[in-house]
Amino acid sequence: MNFYFSFLVVFSLLAICVPFILLFGFTGALARRSRIAPFRWFGLAYTSMVRGIPDIIFFLFVPIALDQGIEYLRHHAKCPEWTEPIRQGNDFVVCAAAKMPLGPSPQWVHETYGFFLAALAFAIVFGAFAANTLHGALAAVPKNQLETGAAFGMSQKQIFWRIHLPQMWVYALPGLSNLWMILIKATPLLFLLGVEDIVYWARELGGSKTERFAYPHGDWRLGYFLVLLVFYLLLSWVSEHVFARLNLKMSKGLATIGGQA
Amino acid sequence: MKLIKLLGGVALAAAFTTSAMADGHAVRLGTEGAYAPYNFINDAGEVDGFEREVGDELCKRAELDCTWVTNEWDSIIPNLVSGNYDAIIAGMSITAERDEVIDFTQEYFPPDPSTYVAAAGATMDAIKGSVAAQTATIQASYVSDSGATLVEFSTPDEVVAAVKNGEVDAALADDAFWQDIVKASNGELVFIGEPIAIGGGIGMGIRESDTELKEKLNAAIDSIKADGTLSAMIAKWFDGRMVKY
Amino acid sequence: MTCAQTISDYGLRAIGLGERALPRADITLCEQVVLIGSGLIWNVYFAVIALGLGFFLASSIAFARNSSNPFVWRPAAFFIFVIRGSPLFIQFFLLYEAFVLLPKLGFDINLGFVEVTIETRWLTRAWLGATIVLFLNTTAYTAQIFYGALRSVPKGEIEAGKAIGMTKSQINKRIIWPTMLRLSWASYTNEAIFLLHATALVFFSSFPAWRQQGDALYFASYFADKTFNPFVPYPIIAGYFIVLTLIVIFIFGWFNRRLNRHISKNH
Repeated sequence: MNFYFSFLVVFSLLAICVPFILLFGFTGALARRSRIAPFRWFGLAYTSMVRGIPDIIFFLFVPIALDQGIEYLRHHAKCPEWTEPIRQGNDFVVCAAAKMPLGPSPQWVHETYGFFLAALAFAIVFGAFAANTLHGALAAVPKNQLETGAAFGMSQKQIFWRIHLPQMWVYALPGLSNLWMILIKATPLLFLLGVEDIVYWARELGGSKTERFAYPHGDWRLGYFLVLLVFYLLLSWVSEHVFARLNLKMSKGLATIGGQA
Repeated sequence: MKLIKLLGGVALAAAFTTSAMADGHAVRLGTEGAYAPYNFINDAGEVDGFEREVGDELCKRAELDCTWVTNEWDSIIPNLVSGNYDAIIAGMSITAERDEVIDFTQEYFPPDPSTYVAAAGATMDAIKGSVAAQTATIQASYVSDSGATLVEFSTPDEVVAAVKNGEVDAALADDAFWQDIVKASNGELVFIGEPIAIGGGIGMGIRESDTELKEKLNAAIDSIKADGTLSAMIAKWFDGRMVKY
Repeated sequence: MTCAQTISDYGLRAIGLGERALPRADITLCEQVVLIGSGLIWNVYFAVIALGLGFFLASSIAFARNSSNPFVWRPAAFFIFVIRGSPLFIQFFLLYEAFVLLPKLGFDINLGFVEVTIETRWLTRAWLGATIVLFLNTTAYTAQIFYGALRSVPKGEIEAGKAIGMTKSQINKRIIWPTMLRLSWASYTNEAIFLLHATALVFFSSFPAWRQQGDALYFASYFADKTFNPFVPYPIIAGYFIVLTLIVIFIFGWFNRRLNRHISKNH
């Protein structure tokens, strides 16, 4: 049962991440184009960091930093009268009201919170990839299209929303579809973040079971992993086809190498 | 290192029994869920085993509102100190090295010797060859100091698999953990060498700053020791092993 | 203990030289930097071997994929699809489980002057098993990149080759292959960086660490375990990877300039 449920965990991760990735991606891409230098530097730093550092190292690091960061902020907001230090030797101690989630909350809240942190870590890392793609796509929109808008007397804002943004998608799609494929293949890393996803259950259920269990069996992990392999192959195959069709639809009315409309 | 709130396929059973707690203080028990018969995930996906029973009984007597979470072994202490759960109950031996970082309750299981297991027909030389042990266990440091080649795996399952398929010459783990496995192997695996006493008894790990919880649990352990409940549980889960408290 | 002392004790610890016992208490920043750096030797080893061998196999698979013979292009396409369609993480698990099931054999290979015994159990060790997984992985991705480039080699260049009387293999070697490399070099640089980063996954790949000789992440997580403070070792390893990435970009950039040296700079 848990094994089947864990497939849903993978899909919900994808569903939750995608809007955040696009949001972070846009923020990053716009920051890089900003006229204000500190914003531009921030955008550049954000988009370059994923090129330099393996995503797995982010995943090991970001959730705990987020967790302690959130609790640290809440601690200062909610318990200003607290005088003891937060770091007591090895312990990270915040007042009970600052705990995220609150200590007595039911198990599913804890699970959801942990899952949310993992999703946020994914979104931050892949948002940086998306920012690279979107930045490139924004730059790829032909200048004369924007100038045409200006000639019609459109304001900067109108040009951005009515021409620049809609036109950008055509150029962003190949990059974004590639990113989606990478994202799918990064989902087993959820396991390393402590989320009980399909890899966790494949290892748990596939491991040998002694007489203590209701259904003793030997080491079945190879079989379980083959199932996962097939699952991921199907997922990529379906995605590839969907993107191919989407790409065809998007480039309609646009003369590209891909074909005249 | 999986330093994040961890999700157990976890039962809420205990949560409903004592919800009338005055301060509403919930206690989260962290375990590994991969070390039968101490703790394992049963076919229903819930934490089960000797420690599940002990933990639930302790929570009842100490009037705590307990929930169970599972966590990978190699990050089980870091996640305790960063507050993701409040107590470790995972077959953890009380050692001086760990005691520097966290506190322990009194033991609820007597010191258990560690034993070497090898494939049938192995000679005594096996324990000087390549020896598997779980990462960050007392057995791992013992093997490393013994001069044998330490091969580290992150789960007990992989340790068993490695000695079974001959990837290593021998493996070292708690005696009680091996009993089931050696019996189920139909003579494929055998004990070799003398049992070695490493580590103290097994206790629950608590944050050093959390003295109140430690007191409560110590009192509860006293109580289950005094009326024979603990001895009965040990006998039930460890093939009639007799322990007098 | 001074830092120079630490470097001589632990600088090559990851390949088994120097002090045997790892630091257990009072861990200094220097020890963390040195040991994580020594683990990095393995990451570089994985990346160099996998990329080096993968490059050549990928070239042939790209040509095979482009073949018109279905017995040639179908297997090539299938290989590319399976590897590119599944997560590296799963590939690690699967191949490790499969390698473990192989019979433990030893093959004697006579190299003329010296006899070498090849053992199948080496496959379950990270230095060989994980390298094979990474090698297959990068081969498939690179083959796809090369194949894409192969399809966009301008027809005119091939016709020009024919016109001056080049043979088919000459055209392949002197025109198609270099042009393919030139067209795909930017994407290939990206793939090299991805593979470098993927070496960090070896630590989680169920290939066990022998004699505590692990890769950079093995030592980083060792220290995070011992010091209970992830905020030191992980930034250290991140810093190391940034430096490695810059080195890769530099080397590939130099090669790119060589590939394009005949193209006029105005373009």
